[in-house]
Amino acid sequence: MKPIVVLKRIIFAAALIPAAALIYYAVQGDLTANPIEFITHFTGDWAIRFLVITLAVTPIRRITGWNPVIKLRRMLGLFSFFYATLHFLTWFVLDWFFNFRQMAEDVVMRPFITLGMATFVMLLALAVTSTQGSIRRLGRKWTQLHRLIYVAAVTALFHFWLARKTVVPQFQVVLVAAVLLLGFRAWWTLRTRTRTHARTSTAL
Amino acid sequence: MLIRRAPDLRFSDITPKSLYLRRREFLQTAAGAAIGAAAMAVASPLAANVAAQQREGTGHGAKLANVKKSPLSTTGEKLTSWDDITSYNNFYEFGPYKEDPKENAWHLKPRPWTITVEGYAAKKGTFGFDEFIQAYPLEERVYRMRCVEAWSMVIPWVGIPLKDIIATYQPTSQAKYVEFVTAFNPAQMPGQQTRMLPWPYVEGLRMDEAMNPLAILAVGLYEETLPNQDGAPIRLVVPWKYGFKGVKSIAKIRFVDYQPKNTWQVMTPNEYGFYANVNPNVDHPRWSQASERRIGEFFRRKTLPFNGYADQVASLYAGMDPKKLY
Repeated sequence: MKPIVVLKRIIFAAALIPAAALIYYAVQGDLTANPIEFITHFTGDWAIRFLVITLAVTPIRRITGWNPVIKLRRMLGLFSFFYATLHFLTWFVLDWFFNFRQMAEDVVMRPFITLGMATFVMLLALAVTSTQGSIRRLGRKWTQLHRLIYVAAVTALFHFWLARKTVVPQFQVVLVAAVLLLGFRAWWTLRTRTRTHARTSTAL
Repeated sequence: MLIRRAPDLRFSDITPKSLYLRRREFLQTAAGAAIGAAAMAVASPLAANVAAQQREGTGHGAKLANVKKSPLSTTGEKLTSWDDITSYNNFYEFGPYKEDPKENAWHLKPRPWTITVEGYAAKKGTFGFDEFIQAYPLEERVYRMRCVEAWSMVIPWVGIPLKDIIATYQPTSQAKYVEFVTAFNPAQMPGQQTRMLPWPYVEGLRMDEAMNPLAILAVGLYEETLPNQDGAPIRLVVPWKYGFKGVKSIAKIRFVDYQPKNTWQVMTPNEYGFYANVNPNVDHPRWSQASERRIGEFFRRKTLPFNGYADQVASLYAGMDPKKLY
């Protein structure tokens, strides 16, 4: 088996550990005094962590030059969507219990809910167009559409920041990671452009 | 008494062995490292829970004798369990997460303890904790506690009416407000080593609010001394206000002529004010205050004006704009 296939399987299993842990806590009755809040934070934390991990794939590929690593990107992105879906359903079912009027009010009135919902809709769009068929059908548009992940990362971070009373350490960790990863991309793009430009100039 | 219990969980019980044996393989990649950190993050709260059970000051306190029931107690409400009251706390001196205080509050030494009374009062000075409380009978007061984060509890506090304590120190006519200050001791309160909030924590009441019969200084709950994470040895309880007004582990009480700048107001002035009266009609800028989740219940319930204590306290705010009372 190729190393990337082995790695992909390991990461797939590992990415399910948080979900398994959540079930384990629930069975143990260890979801704190406020289980709904705990599940909300837990699933939200993992959604944003996987979003950041997904953003790490391309930089890792550039730095190591190991191209097969790109095969992990879709799976990691889908895990972010998986935990984001659990996060959304926690809010929808457990927190508001299908109280549509209150939820609508929340989405319109509360910027952090608006941002969370916007992030979820973007991740949903990315998830449904993540199939080979979509990639073929959309062609160049697919690449453009999937740049939405950068927007989703920013809205997710704002959502996290606004949801808490203070800046919590977990927020600082994902913020620093996201800034480094997005910064790397900006730097890489700039560098590539400059080089191409330099080469063109020389040719002339 | 301290009951030691062998940890019944090991890390090897949590990480599947197949995965754990292949750790070198995947830890070599950055993605693997991230997943490793993830597994640790999942496992650490379990380890922390085990450790917390073995630490003093965060478990059951000493039994309090001669506690009389108060007619001012809230009736007809199911009490929140001792476990929930003592494991789900906002006490940033011990960390930003709700489970942090139970885990970290063993650092605090609530004895010996002194309370300093300052400002516009005839009697001032620094008093040992026992001296500070010994003159007063202890009362049990069952109160609803509504957090600004839209959850609530029902807590059987043991305490002393604040008005009786204030009377002892004979504040002068210049005293318009009472300011309360939490102890500042970064060695015992690890959160104070960070800059999460401006330390020490400060809260305040207008003199007439402080003299209201509902306001108490609590020294216990469930007829036992306060666990550290609930604000040992002495804390403020003002049930018609959001929970953050209930300043914990009080070291200073000042009678002042200015409105104290309470910590959350200093931190985020557009979100928290001085009065912080529970009001379902005035939303927090980021979330609704119309409903709350009672700890232990699934469905939200409607939040009551002044947390259901309007009959006793609404007159304090006659003529004031309720929109300004957040």
